[in-house]
Amino acid sequence: MQWETVIGLEIHVQLSTRSKIFSGASVAYGAPPNSQACAVDIALPGVLPVLNRKAVEYAIRFGMAIGATINSPAIFARKNYFYPDLPKGYQISQLEHPIVAGGRIIIRTEDQEKIIHLTRAHLEEDAGKSTHEGFHDKTGIDLNRAGTGLLEIVSEPEMCSSAEAVAYARTLHSLVRWIGICDGNMQEGSFRCDANVSVRPAGSNVLGTRCEIKNLNSFRFLEKAIDYEVTRQIDTLENGGSIIQQTRLYDADRDETRSMRSKEDAHDYRYFPDPDLLPVIISGEWIEQIRSELPELPEGRRNRYIQDLSLSPYDANILTATRELADYFEQTVQLLPEQGKLCANWIMGEVSGRLNKEGLEIDQCPVNPKQLAELLLRITDGTVSGKIAKDVFDSMWQGNGDSADAIIDAKNLRQISDDSEIEKWVDEVLAANQQQVADYRAGKEKAFNFLVGQIMRMSKGKANPAQVNVLLKKRLAV
Amino acid sequence: MTLSLSDIKRIAKLAHIEINEADAQQSLIQLSGIFNLIEQMQAVDTQGVKPMSHSRDMVQRLREDIVTESDQRMRFQSIAPQVEDGYYLVPKVIE
Amino acid sequence: MLNASLRQLSSLLSAKKISSTELTAEFLTRIKTLNADLNAFITVDEEKSMNQARTADEMIAQGRSTPLTGIPIAQKDIFCADGWLTTCGSKILSNFISPYDATVVKQFDQAGMVNLGKTNMDEFAMGSSNETSYYGPVKNPWDRLAVPGGSSGGSACAVAARLAPAATGTDTGGSIRQPAALCGVSGIKPTYGLVSRYGMIAFASSLDQAGPMAKSAEDLALLLNIMVGFDERDSTSLQREKEDYTRDLEKSVSGLRIGLPKEFFAEGMSSDVSSAVEAALAEYRKLGATFVEVSLPNSKLAVPVYYVLAPAEASSNLSRFDGIRYGYRTAQYANLEDLYIKTRAEGFGDEVKRRILIGTYVLSHGYYDAYYLQAQKLRRLIAEDFTKAFTQCDLIMGPTSPTVAFNIGERCNDPIQMYLSDIYTSAASLAGLPGMSIPVGFGSDKRPIGLHIIGNYFREAQMLNIAHCYQQATNWHELAPPETNC
Repeated sequence: MQWETVIGLEIHVQLSTRSKIFSGASVAYGAPPNSQACAVDIALPGVLPVLNRKAVEYAIRFGMAIGATINSPAIFARKNYFYPDLPKGYQISQLEHPIVAGGRIIIRTEDQEKIIHLTRAHLEEDAGKSTHEGFHDKTGIDLNRAGTGLLEIVSEPEMCSSAEAVAYARTLHSLVRWIGICDGNMQEGSFRCDANVSVRPAGSNVLGTRCEIKNLNSFRFLEKAIDYEVTRQIDTLENGGSIIQQTRLYDADRDETRSMRSKEDAHDYRYFPDPDLLPVIISGEWIEQIRSELPELPEGRRNRYIQDLSLSPYDANILTATRELADYFEQTVQLLPEQGKLCANWIMGEVSGRLNKEGLEIDQCPVNPKQLAELLLRITDGTVSGKIAKDVFDSMWQGNGDSADAIIDAKNLRQISDDSEIEKWVDEVLAANQQQVADYRAGKEKAFNFLVGQIMRMSKGKANPAQVNVLLKKRLAV
Repeated sequence: MTLSLSDIKRIAKLAHIEINEADAQQSLIQLSGIFNLIEQMQAVDTQGVKPMSHSRDMVQRLREDIVTESDQRMRFQSIAPQVEDGYYLVPKVIE
Repeated sequence: MLNASLRQLSSLLSAKKISSTELTAEFLTRIKTLNADLNAFITVDEEKSMNQARTADEMIAQGRSTPLTGIPIAQKDIFCADGWLTTCGSKILSNFISPYDATVVKQFDQAGMVNLGKTNMDEFAMGSSNETSYYGPVKNPWDRLAVPGGSSGGSACAVAARLAPAATGTDTGGSIRQPAALCGVSGIKPTYGLVSRYGMIAFASSLDQAGPMAKSAEDLALLLNIMVGFDERDSTSLQREKEDYTRDLEKSVSGLRIGLPKEFFAEGMSSDVSSAVEAALAEYRKLGATFVEVSLPNSKLAVPVYYVLAPAEASSNLSRFDGIRYGYRTAQYANLEDLYIKTRAEGFGDEVKRRILIGTYVLSHGYYDAYYLQAQKLRRLIAEDFTKAFTQCDLIMGPTSPTVAFNIGERCNDPIQMYLSDIYTSAASLAGLPGMSIPVGFGSDKRPIGLHIIGNYFREAQMLNIAHCYQQATNWHELAPPETNC
């Protein structure tokens, strides 16, 4: 039988606020255990939550970025369950009237584009962390993370492969960083994926029983866990078994998913509106203000690069993968408006390559967009060749903010386009390489390249290569 | 509506309160009586009435995103049943 | 001194005729003598109180005093007070030394008042007789066979027996007003949102409201001036301009329209309560007030609605008591689950467990709509009844409690009978309206009777005015229980 896969993702995005969503404790990562768990976070008797404006603003910003509806009033509800890292015995979350409803994002896999609709995105507080090692037969509870603001983003079950799921997660990851609501640090748990996976006979319009795979903290694990789970489900069904709705955990060491808890003892969360928190009214003006402050989004920028700068979709996708890279490109191309392709090639080639090699991020790049643009300008106006430009770039990288012109002058790298000077080198090289001249004349094209190389070497790379070509041909034709 | 003994046990489990057979029986009797009183609510047709979660129609105030709390772990953990190296301790949690 | 009003104490203190240390010591001595029997206080800490008294004396000496500086006040044990054992009447908090102050406690501290100790209460404020306290029942100082009412029974008893000039209480469905009535003192529950709930251990968050208990309306007004105020730590705290609640005390009540809900006078009220309330109304007629019959048709459902909503919120509010971060933890446990269920089974008393079970049930899957949601809808209908009534009258009056104080032990095994003690008070709580009780006489066994006054939102000054006028014309509020030798 042919099977098709249905995947929906729930992604928890940790909001990059300074303080927690309902308390004034810091959310900074890596503090000593429980040193950032204030009276509200450890749920002392009598304490009360007060909502962080920034968390609401970030949720609205996200809603605007995906073309969603903002619910006003938005309502907070309590999700009741007992767990040692949940100090109140309930999590403040949202059920009915989540702050963000609907919306959509475009994902791209190798050759196709697809729209994925979002169900909702709601605000909630994070739980603390349990440490199972280091306390013998005990578990240690650190509540520093408890109360950190999260935006839980829920997609419709519209993805049909692990590749699509990964593309969706990557697009979302890029977007939340782009609009500045999350640092996207997956190691630190700032961006956590749960996948709802089911399979059904191809062509069926009934959803199969789904399993939820929890806590997939890398794109690679997301892909592998889904692939494993899909195979497991299909195998089970083809062997006459049935799928039990359950929560499963991905074990990266064994590359498998295994059951965490089954539906039988699923919690009855007893959601109800939190009486300590009132309806959140979000005015149209506030929404408009946030919308107006929204940066140009990756999708818009990508399309602009294709249309206005004639970049290929491939290049445009790469350059808009992160806000930082896109801004770097943007700032460079603004100084060289006619040279989109050249800027793109350099940033995707020389700049990215060098960053990769040295393990740096684009915002740590030693060569700033202005420096780069000035250098590229010298290529376009013929001052230096592309090859020399790479040397200049290298100097800039190691230097202390010197401009391209300063380096070119200091190192005397200006391209030589004076015919008589180049002719001198041509003559010298021809005289010294009779054999190659003969080879060329005998039809060996390769010999020509050798001669060009020799001339360039003699000129220390400064001879204008185009002119070298022309003059050499002329001489050889004689 | 009639409550059963298994209802009592189910909700005691949800509420994480240990309950023995005798107490469950006793609770069943008392809760059944209370629910008889509560059942009076069903006599009123409330179709179209908006539920009221708060005593007045108030609106949530928003806090500025400022860190106002400092580390008070020593103080807070001095009243904790069991701590080690700054962590609260519980019996090993098995996932 | 024991019978003195807050104004009298205030002028004695500011004239330096007495010091706060003297005054505090006198009340502490009296607590030492009488509390063993009355059980009004769970915690008394002479050293802490006397330190505060000394600070108050310094404030007075340096001319930094406020009207109530140096006057002791008893705090219901539901308020967290830094360094004080704060039990909320429960075993589960029997070792909880609070590491922080409730806003209310801080407000009194800043005013220079002296914390005289923590008063007994029904466990987690769940009860109408103070019998659910882990620390034993409180006796009614007027008749020690009787309950003081609840849940603020210790506070009511302390004020009535002159163990404290004033006390704080909290009211979720009648917990200030009913014990005030049963102990013959005055108490007011302000409009929901006026007094901060921060640091007040939550029972039912959408209903809980703190208020003062004292001998007279005038004392209540002075105390409200301290307690009412915006608190940024409480999302339900209201941002309003500061009021002086004493401003209208002396106003004439002539022409005020008093609404009498026919439902409050229909059935269930005992004859002694009925005649005392009628006599009080007659007094108001003499003072020039007029009466109008109003109707609160849905108020008869207030008790069932209350016993769905309050337990629902409580079941969630009390989940934090798990023996992990503070409070009681069971001695023996095999695993985590065992730790939870034993700690909570041993730490909570029967009534609290009962309400947690009710609340868990009404929120659970499949029952939410029929119970919780239906109760929320009825809550709106109950509130709307009041809105309509207040178009016809300025204030509403009736009995606070259908009977005088009952005997200790009498209703312990009959929760429903106990719940019906809130029959007149819970409707105003559901609507978030201010309510108060003032003593208006005695009934069978010479047990006190209270008059219930419900005002419109934010009309506390008017309520205090009408209560004060009555107290100028009568002296019920000045009477102290004979056996306490005042």
